[in-house]
Amino acid sequence: MRTRLQTWSLLVGATAVLALPMTSWAQLTQADFETRIGMESHVGNITGHAKDAKGDYRRYCVVCHGDNGDGNGESFPWVDPKPRDFQLGIFKCRSTPTGTLPTDEDLFNTIARGMDRSNMPQWSTFTKQERADLVAWVKHFSPRWTNEKPGTPITIPPEPEITPERIKAGRDVFARVQCWKCHGVLGQANGPSASTLQDDLGRPIAAFNFTEGARPKCGDTDRDIYRIFMTGLDGTPMPSFADNIKPDEAWDLVFYLRTLMKQHSKEKEMAKQLGLKPVDPNAPAGQQ
Amino acid sequence: MRNRYRYSALLSVVVLTCCAALFLGQHVNAAGEGKITGTVKLDGAAPHMKGIDMSKDPYCSKAHANDTPHLESVLAGANGGLENVVLYISDWSGPATASTAVPVFDQKNCMYTPHVLAMDVGQTFKVTTSDQTTHNIHPLPNPMTGNIPWNQSQPPGAAPVEKSWKAVEVIPVKCNIHPWMNGWYVVVKGPYATTDENGNYTINGVPPGNYTVTAWQETYGTQTAKVTVAAGGAGTADFTFKAK
Repeated sequence: MRTRLQTWSLLVGATAVLALPMTSWAQLTQADFETRIGMESHVGNITGHAKDAKGDYRRYCVVCHGDNGDGNGESFPWVDPKPRDFQLGIFKCRSTPTGTLPTDEDLFNTIARGMDRSNMPQWSTFTKQERADLVAWVKHFSPRWTNEKPGTPITIPPEPEITPERIKAGRDVFARVQCWKCHGVLGQANGPSASTLQDDLGRPIAAFNFTEGARPKCGDTDRDIYRIFMTGLDGTPMPSFADNIKPDEAWDLVFYLRTLMKQHSKEKEMAKQLGLKPVDPNAPAGQQ
Repeated sequence: MRNRYRYSALLSVVVLTCCAALFLGQHVNAAGEGKITGTVKLDGAAPHMKGIDMSKDPYCSKAHANDTPHLESVLAGANGGLENVVLYISDWSGPATASTAVPVFDQKNCMYTPHVLAMDVGQTFKVTTSDQTTHNIHPLPNPMTGNIPWNQSQPPGAAPVEKSWKAVEVIPVKCNIHPWMNGWYVVVKGPYATTDENGNYTINGVPPGNYTVTAWQETYGTQTAKVTVAAGGAGTADFTFKAK
């Protein structure tokens, strides 16, 4: 009797000791997901339910993002950029500050927009309800949505009128915060640091090339571009500039970035008339 | 059956006593805080620290016109003392030490100063820049621990960034713009210290009790030692890492 008890208590003790670190460090298990299957999303007046998205996810998303949402689906080896690991809860396209969770609306927009120059297509074919359900499903993969709240979206002031002065001022911001270190003085993604960039998982990653006619990954409206450099793209080398660019200057920078883009724009026209030259990387700080 | 109940009762008493003993040992006799001191040494020849080519950023290479910057993963002094080793009490069961000190992590001449910054859970630290070139400060914790990665730019003259961490973790930090820049945030709970250039350290503010002290070195990993601190006294723990 006694020996049996001793064996049992040893076994229970050993299991407990082994299980303790596992709960926090190991891959999340199916049971973890089950506890969060009640996850909801709220976009406008639509409420999304994780459990309703299971079918859509398994049909359309699982091949890249994987059964457990860890981005390790069957197609993982063949796609680049790699599929997002939803378990980490780290997303590029956010309206919220760096280091915080995105809002439900951010994820909702990303699904519809897709990711330019990646294998993530535009999923505008889904109904809004289906998309909201998928947002809830994406959230249910990470314990972070149980433990944390999304960040507070940054405030974007109304877009001012585009003027030559603002474009010139935007060029000064581009020079001062040294966007060219990665993006290059002409926006060709050939700055001195471009060739060594890595994402958070140590994989090579390219800076955005403004001159190829590509759309920025997190949207190509003026407000999207404003948001991209103010919140940063988490998981990538692109940092947040919110502490170092004032809201008014941020609009100037948006206008200047438009002059670098291949697409025709009012800004490009104005820059041409101004005879605006690219920034000089060798000029001392503050003297352009 | 009755025998089993008696056994489990006995077991509970033993467990509770042990817990109480542990708890009392570290907290109740808080009269007169002591300290833990010691030296961390490297046994053997220090590995060669590769030089860093900073020519991609003229500001950085100019800042090192009169010296050769090199990696800092093993910094051993003339007497074999190891710098940048973090020492902390790994079985600390009290709250995080409420230190009001704000450790500073500076970006200077395109290197991190210090290379290793220790801090307490919840302690505010400050990231500053002394450079006339843009850096991005990008810590990479594991988000599953509760520490969330972030990535902020610091152009020349940028205001300091103030942050803190929620959980115990060794966090690598890097600058994507200058890929040679890497450093560490060592987040611990309770009193801690970092070795100086001779490998010496002093952990202050340690209440009397029995402790396990852990020494963390970025290349060689961790070592532990048992230390007893008497009221107002000093415990000693020396460590030796074998050169690889």
